[in-house]
Amino acid sequence: MDPQRLLAQLLCQYEGMPGGLLPLLQAIQEDFGFIPRESVPAIAQVMNLSAAEVHGVISFYHDLRTEEAGRHTLQICCAESCQAAGGRALEARAQEVLGIGFGETTGDGAVTLEAVYCLGNCACSPSLRIGNNTWARVDTALLDSLIAQLRSAEVLS
Amino acid sequence: MTTRYFIPRDTTALAVGAQSVADALSQALQGQEDVTIVRNGSRGAFWLEPLLEIERNGERVGFGPVSVADVPTILALGPSDQAGHPLYLGPVEAHPWFAGQQRLTFARAGLDDPLCLEAYLARHGFDGLEHAVHLPQADIVDEITRSGLRGRGGAAFPAGIKWRTVMEAAGDEKYVVCNADEGDSGTFADRLLMEADPYQLIEGMAIAGVAVGARQGYIYLRSEYPHAWDVLHKAIAKAEAAGYLGEGICDSDKHFHLELRLGAGAYICGEETALLESLEGRRGMVRAKPPLPAHQGLFGKPTVVNNVLTLAATSSIMADGAEAYAALGAARSLGTLTVQLAGNIRRGGLVEVPYGMSLRELIEQFGGGTRSGRPVRAIQVGGPLGAYLPESLWDTPLDYEAMAAVGGMLGHGGVVVFDDTVDMAEQARFAMAFCAQESCGKCTPCRVGSVRGVEVIDRIIAREEPEQNIDLLHDLCDTMEAASLCAMGGLTPHPVRSALRHFPQDFN
Ligand SMILES: Cc1cc2nc3c(=O)[nH]c(=O)nc-3n(C[C@H](O)[C@H](O)[C@H](O)COP(=O)(O)O)c2cc1C
Ligand code: SF4
Ligand code: FES
Repeated sequence: MDPQRLLAQLLCQYEGMPGGLLPLLQAIQEDFGFIPRESVPAIAQVMNLSAAEVHGVISFYHDLRTEEAGRHTLQICCAESCQAAGGRALEARAQEVLGIGFGETTGDGAVTLEAVYCLGNCACSPSLRIGNNTWARVDTALLDSLIAQLRSAEVLS
Repeated sequence: MTTRYFIPRDTTALAVGAQSVADALSQALQGQEDVTIVRNGSRGAFWLEPLLEIERNGERVGFGPVSVADVPTILALGPSDQAGHPLYLGPVEAHPWFAGQQRLTFARAGLDDPLCLEAYLARHGFDGLEHAVHLPQADIVDEITRSGLRGRGGAAFPAGIKWRTVMEAAGDEKYVVCNADEGDSGTFADRLLMEADPYQLIEGMAIAGVAVGARQGYIYLRSEYPHAWDVLHKAIAKAEAAGYLGEGICDSDKHFHLELRLGAGAYICGEETALLESLEGRRGMVRAKPPLPAHQGLFGKPTVVNNVLTLAATSSIMADGAEAYAALGAARSLGTLTVQLAGNIRRGGLVEVPYGMSLRELIEQFGGGTRSGRPVRAIQVGGPLGAYLPESLWDTPLDYEAMAAVGGMLGHGGVVVFDDTVDMAEQARFAMAFCAQESCGKCTPCRVGSVRGVEVIDRIIAREEPEQNIDLLHDLCDTMEAASLCAMGGLTPHPVRSALRHFPQDFN
């Protein structure tokens, strides 16, 4: 669908929903992959807010982004249970293999690396998530092979 | 007679390969008559996942952990020789790991397809709500109060008192909000409940709505739980269609609508007032209290905010009575204790036991020691704001008061085990870094103190004037404890100080 029409449709759908700004932003990101900056004035108008307020909300939440992410997002759990089970090594390895830090995207646009704090998979730490799939008891060999698959554009999720 | 095969659809079960086992199973059973594959929730014995259960002639036995390669070897056996299989576990509830538990809130978890309403009803589901809709509001609140139920989200506040406040508050617009943000590392009880027994939460929320006079409820679910979202979304629709939500629930004159909302990756949104801000569509900034949410909560209206497990527990209290609930537990910790064994642990999972068991018993009896095989050195209880406990404190009974007496906190029941390779200075640093990352930024001691805390610990780790810097760290902790608006800044000193106090050798 034409992006303008899609946006208009979403704005219509969430207009008038109590506390609807966050669900609207999430819906936009779901469809566009990110929240286009150009859409902020229209969002603000429909939600009866200032553009600054909308920006304030977008910047507060780790999930929301205003720039396109890589084709895949690799989330490594950096919280305590995973640390206890070898997660710190995975954090280091992922950055080293991808050559980027957390919050960054590889030059080829294949992978965005993100830190998350607990995936609720702590009985089988350490964990990582790609799309809606979680992996458990991850070691560096599994991490390496998952990264290789992401890079070769195989769709995992 | 149909043979039923159960293979869970739970997040952790899937993360350890349950989907490929399910695929292998359905391929192997293709064309066979009288077989069904049930995608149940998990029972919470995650160390046994993927746990395959087979039910024939009313007898249900388990095998686990099962890999794809094991599937044909299990299917080749019949009822007479299956016990010889190396992964055979027998009837799962009789397994020692379960036999030592007292399952109440998690009694149904893993038994059925979580979305099967008939199965929920067959296990006394919605009995509590059916009972509640015909009672005066005050009687429901009394029942909850007499049960002694305390909030399971961390602060252990009596649920009955909160409900009474909202019931008595003026105005006819009120809300029930379920805190499903479960941000603490080492916890997954809320997730397991939502994925394995979602109707129990729905029932508890409807009971709360009827009790306080709220017609609208919200579940605020963290975005890290996509499977829970999927299950809840469908469960709400089915409960609505069956008349347990919406207008005139259970053929009464009571109404309760329920909406699912998604968080956006902010730990602070687990704090109830930040959660309400977020639900209203704003930045998740903590509100000063008073006013309490019970007086002025969501959209300024009286609001019950309770944790998933608190709300779920009210369904069995209303079904079986306050006395049955209060008969479990001891002193001021009534009912059952839900703990989650996590971190470096051999047999990780959800354990529901009577209050009063010690950490040592838990780790040894249920946890089976570390997964690495090395000695346990530290145990963090109660999430990222909880203390690191050394061996000398592992005999403390697990109840709210006893834990507080040793400077610890039960919180949401997360138990994260570390072996002897842990560097406690790094863990202290992480506590401060996490606070800096997740602070809502409203007050200086938390926002700035945590950033300073990281710097100071970095200097300690680099052995720069360690004594002065340790003193400085204590001063910072004092300030954060004394002057933070909420427990994020106020309790971050817990893990930091416990690391300093109990593991001083890691700091010099
Ligand atoms: C920083 C912070 C994070 C919290 N996170 C959660 C959470 O993820 N889930 C939860 O139920 N309560 C959490 N709480 C506690 C809530 O503020 C609140 O006490 C709870 O939702 C009340 O429900 P209960 O009485 O049923 O426990 C958090 C509190 C703080 C200070
Ligand atoms: S203590 Fe931290 S999280 Fe809590 S209100 Fe202050 S700045 Fe926000
Ligand atoms: S801490 Fe990593 S999954 Fe919970």
